[in-house]
Amino acid sequence: MSERARETGVTMTAEGTELPANALVVAENVHKNFGRLEVLKGIDLQVRRGEVMCIIGPSGSGKSTFLRCINHLEKLTAGRLWVNGELMGYRQKRGRLYELRDNEIALQRSDIGMVFQRFNLFPHLSALGNIIEAPMQVKRKSRSEAVAKARELLERVGLPDKADAYPDQLSGGQQQRVAIARALAMEPSLMLFDEPTSALDPELVGEVLDVMRDLAEGGMTMVVVTHEMGFAREVGDSLVFMDDGVVVESGSPAEVLSDPRHERTQAFLSKVL
Amino acid sequence: MSSQTEPVNGPGSPEPAPQGGRPAEPVTAVPVRYPERWVAAGFVLVLAAMFVHMLFTNTAFNWPFMFDHMFSEPVVRGVWITLSATVLSMIIGVILGIVLAVMRLSGNPVLVTVSWLYTWFFRGVPRLVLAVLFGNLAILYTTIEIGLPFDNYWMPWLGLDGDARFFEIDARTMLSGYTAGLLALSLSEGAYMAEIIRAGLQSVNKGQTEAAQALGMSRGRTLRRITLPQAMRVVIPPTGNETIAMLKDTALLAYVPVTIELFYQLQAIGARTYQIFPMLVAACLWYLAITSVLMVGQYFIERRFNPGQYGSIRDRIVGGAHR
Ligand SMILES: Nc1ncnc2c1ncn2[C@@H]1O[C@H](COP(=O)(O)OP(=O)(O)OP(=O)(O)O)[C@@H](O)[C@H]1O
Ligand SMILES: [Mg+2]
Repeated sequence: MSERARETGVTMTAEGTELPANALVVAENVHKNFGRLEVLKGIDLQVRRGEVMCIIGPSGSGKSTFLRCINHLEKLTAGRLWVNGELMGYRQKRGRLYELRDNEIALQRSDIGMVFQRFNLFPHLSALGNIIEAPMQVKRKSRSEAVAKARELLERVGLPDKADAYPDQLSGGQQQRVAIARALAMEPSLMLFDEPTSALDPELVGEVLDVMRDLAEGGMTMVVVTHEMGFAREVGDSLVFMDDGVVVESGSPAEVLSDPRHERTQAFLSKVL
Repeated sequence: MSSQTEPVNGPGSPEPAPQGGRPAEPVTAVPVRYPERWVAAGFVLVLAAMFVHMLFTNTAFNWPFMFDHMFSEPVVRGVWITLSATVLSMIIGVILGIVLAVMRLSGNPVLVTVSWLYTWFFRGVPRLVLAVLFGNLAILYTTIEIGLPFDNYWMPWLGLDGDARFFEIDARTMLSGYTAGLLALSLSEGAYMAEIIRAGLQSVNKGQTEAAQALGMSRGRTLRRITLPQAMRVVIPPTGNETIAMLKDTALLAYVPVTIELFYQLQAIGARTYQIFPMLVAACLWYLAITSVLMVGQYFIERRFNPGQYGSIRDRIVGGAHR
């Protein structure tokens, strides 16, 4: 953080927009349409460094789409989105937006880890192979360095003896933990989780949540779409309720969960709690 | 749970005994008989005996003559030409196929159209026609020159003398029979391989590309490291078929004409000696032998790219439990 940022609490981005200094993700009026379907209708959000933000909401409300906008897997239709002070997917010069090239976007994404509902491990690579792939290909790390880091990560997610296992030899919970290790191997400053436990048998949910809890305690900035209210209450610093493409309500998890102000939040919570 | 069973499992009552442990009577039953199988087998056996009898007694086969000439020097060289043409045209065809498939899926309208037109042309024209056509390409171009295009128009216009050609070769040497034939076969194969590889690439789950992109891998890297290797398992079996088909299609080289090719050589011997039939049989035997070797190769390649860890295709389709 620069001297000026410390004094004023504001940083200047490359193109001259002032952003709050402690915000890692800034979404400003984010809109997303798929053809004529309006999925996001103006999302304003800020995620502070070190914050764990949980997003809840009914199916189809646009949670996944918003998460995918953060790492530019989806292009915004309108609005702006910054991660780490960088405008995602674009360069702004003299008031005009220029699309970034494929490899520039890839570079931006390499700082953001993502964990999917369906794991999406690479089936033709072992657990170790999955983890070292991007560090070697993208960060140009040496094999030995990448392997050492990968083993450390496997240890951290509780799978030190599964390095040589292939994804279909692992249980769902183990696959998801490998997927988390794979994302962490890029040493991201932000982790996105899209319903990481929804595809798991109930008895496997805990092991994945434990890894995520450790990660949060280690100070990782996380945005977590989840239906695990217990996790949101215990681990989350903030809770966002989305419905129909807008943020209906946000605040501390305890507040939102026990004392929802909006009717829609109350209706949703009464169904899931 | 009904109120009658409740006391049985209720707190304090003894646990129910687990099942199992009783002696069992083995199943002994008379198996179903299939008399019609014996009838069918007898029938086939008689037909086979008749066929073998004919092989030995019909003088048109002239076996001694066939074995004498089947391994003669020009024929064996013909086998090598046939094999090299198969391997080379498949290699070029696969590379072309990858390029065309990636072009087709690129989303770039120019590349998509070019790829589509290419596939349309080379799948639409019979290979025999292509072989003859390429054999006659020298009519179109007497020399093949490498240089800047349309120089005969723009050089004078800019007030320059001479031409902008750096390199030239005589088309008849360049497009000699073998090269022309190889070109025809590989370009045609490229079109078929493009479709096979496109199907393979499309069979890979979209989540794979997304996961790779989310990790910061560029599109090219994602294709090389993630999508193509996974497409391989879908691509290899039909590619094996293509290779076998290609081996047989090298016989078309005879029409380019490529005189050193296997089928041409065998036919030539047959025509010269009036022993046409034995030489046709020799052709069958040679093609069968090479195809068998290729099939063994295919088996090992499939095993290599279909490692047990993620289940063979057969297991996926009919289930692996029956083994
Ligand atoms: N690629 C796409 N093309 C068209 N429509 C899409 C696409 N992706 C998502 N949608 C639509 O956008 C809407 C929001 O989808 P999204 O996946 O963001 O919802 P969600 O809140 O994550 O729901 P869930 O809890 O079921 O995962 C849905 O109506 C969906 O059909
Ligand atoms: Mg979703």
